[in-house]
Amino acid sequence: MAPPKAFDKFREVQEELGRSGAAIFRDANGLESLVIRFPYSIDYIHSYAEDSPFFLGLAQGKLLGSRCTKRDCGFRYATPRSHCMECGSPTEWIELPKQGRVHSWTTCHFGSEAFLSETPYNLALIEFDGADSVLLVRLKECVESQIYVGMPVEARFSLTPKYSITDVWFIPAK
Amino acid sequence: MPARAPKRSQARTPAARPKPSRSSGGRRVYMVTGGVTKFAKAHPAMDFRLMVKRAYDYAARGIPNLTKDRIDGTRISYFSDHFSRQLKAASMVQDYLGLNPKGSVRIEWGGATGGECFQAAYEAVASGRMDVCLSAGYETMSRVATWKGNEFIALASDTNFDFPLGGFYTGYYALMVVRHIYEYLRRGKFAHVTDEREAQRLAIAEGQRIMSWISVKNHINALHNPYAQYPKRLTVDDVLRSEMISYPLTREQICTMSDGAAVALLCDEARAKEFTDKPVRVTGVGCGTDTMRLADRPFGKVPLLPHERAADYAHLQYPGVHSFRAGRSAGLEAYRMAGITDPKRELDFIELHDAYASSEIQTYEDLGLCRYGEGYDFTLSGAPFLKGLDYGLEVPKAGEIPVNPSGGLIACGHPVGATGLMQAVFAFWQLQGTVKKHFGDATLQIPNARRGAIHSHAGTGSSVTVSILERGF
Repeated sequence: MAPPKAFDKFREVQEELGRSGAAIFRDANGLESLVIRFPYSIDYIHSYAEDSPFFLGLAQGKLLGSRCTKRDCGFRYATPRSHCMECGSPTEWIELPKQGRVHSWTTCHFGSEAFLSETPYNLALIEFDGADSVLLVRLKECVESQIYVGMPVEARFSLTPKYSITDVWFIPAK
Repeated sequence: MPARAPKRSQARTPAARPKPSRSSGGRRVYMVTGGVTKFAKAHPAMDFRLMVKRAYDYAARGIPNLTKDRIDGTRISYFSDHFSRQLKAASMVQDYLGLNPKGSVRIEWGGATGGECFQAAYEAVASGRMDVCLSAGYETMSRVATWKGNEFIALASDTNFDFPLGGFYTGYYALMVVRHIYEYLRRGKFAHVTDEREAQRLAIAEGQRIMSWISVKNHINALHNPYAQYPKRLTVDDVLRSEMISYPLTREQICTMSDGAAVALLCDEARAKEFTDKPVRVTGVGCGTDTMRLADRPFGKVPLLPHERAADYAHLQYPGVHSFRAGRSAGLEAYRMAGITDPKRELDFIELHDAYASSEIQTYEDLGLCRYGEGYDFTLSGAPFLKGLDYGLEVPKAGEIPVNPSGGLIACGHPVGATGLMQAVFAFWQLQGTVKKHFGDATLQIPNARRGAIHSHAGTGSSVTVSILERGF
């Protein structure tokens, strides 16, 4: 069998790895390094554990936050936590309003490999009346030039839930 | 319509409470030598062990007759098991350096991994557990394609609530700077503009322009640093015209992935005097933290530095998503220990974690080089630029407090586990006055530098370290 092909540019090595899985990189001093390519994939078994009601709620078209049960605390979380970060007490589930406002935002023209096919997409932190923290979501049905801090938005839910935070997104308020 | 920030009782923010003063406890700790490999997109002819070995050998040459029996143990850092795909990789570094059976532990703390490793070595010496401790770090990010690498990095965000939305750190930093611009430019320089959307557009355009100054500064500084990955002469227009990655951040405002290694050797006073006539003392260490999720950040009060007053921030909800409370906390702790009350006057330079041009400006404020809200004007004043370099910009106050004289992460690269140690090495050479010897070019040497700070930053600001280094001779 022929030995792996040698290249002086690492970019060319990477291209060759895509074709044959092995290549030789030759550096400026003529030193040759054998480079190989191999896959690595894993299926995880992931429990949402104490966060489960939030994701089950999304599948029912509900946006759940949580509220500290300690009377003189009562912190309301728009991104739920099962224990209060202020006082350490347990929280209880509350339903958040489906309307909110953009607290901050961006349009991503790139993303992780897993999300590249979805670009460009908007991210927004949403603030709600009666909540003390915010929620990070995708913002859809609008483009970069239309989004601003303070923009009124409303929630939409997936009819085919994947039990992910992407089961909810926001759009400009109608 | 301006956004109403979530209302929050300010009394509940724990960081606003005064902290009992702490002792600077422990033994005096000195840095006596350091080494760095050139940071590069890929180092296919060196694996992580050899990279660290090269940096170590360079450092060892800085001390005549240093033999490995003088080293009591090590702290070894790398960020990602995913990039390494080799668990216990730090054991393999220890092994390759021939330092078994001495004590060693691996340090990981996100983007602040290198800074934490430096402080872990500090603690080993300060406590008396070791007289001489080697801190060594590396990262090999070239082992996957860029966008897979971004995915690995984004696994350092909450994988239930944040990652599935795009898994993209540049997106998180864009969210933070859009709010920073809103707080300080929309509500500052553009407060007079009545049309809300027009005001925000103008403010973002101004923010982008000023962030580009940071990229210009750091890339031009790096022209004189042979270890830097991306030295280049850029203009503000070049930066603004580079590819939009996550609005409003463009490609040239963002650091890249790198392969590289760095080491710093720390020891007690007796050993320091024996090893070198130019030791550098670590006079302050600080570490701060914040919530993993941006969405959980409180809206409370600013923990004040000695030169600030509560009235300065009467209407500011802090940290929100616009500032790094962890950076402020780390600075407070390190400054208190080093006896610094006005960092801009009392520090000669800072090497800080500019993973994004935006976070360099945010960090000026966290570290008290200017007040919160003044970061943009501080940049335009030229204060963080080096004196005597041609940036193609008007920088009247250049040299006042140079920030990232090395070129920072934006121009040097960011091999995560090495980055914080790289800062320590560059700061060490500045304080020794040996930049010319190590860079082959004296341009970046700050004349008579006596005290500097290094700043290492993780996540969306979920942990930050600050260390103060001073001439010990």
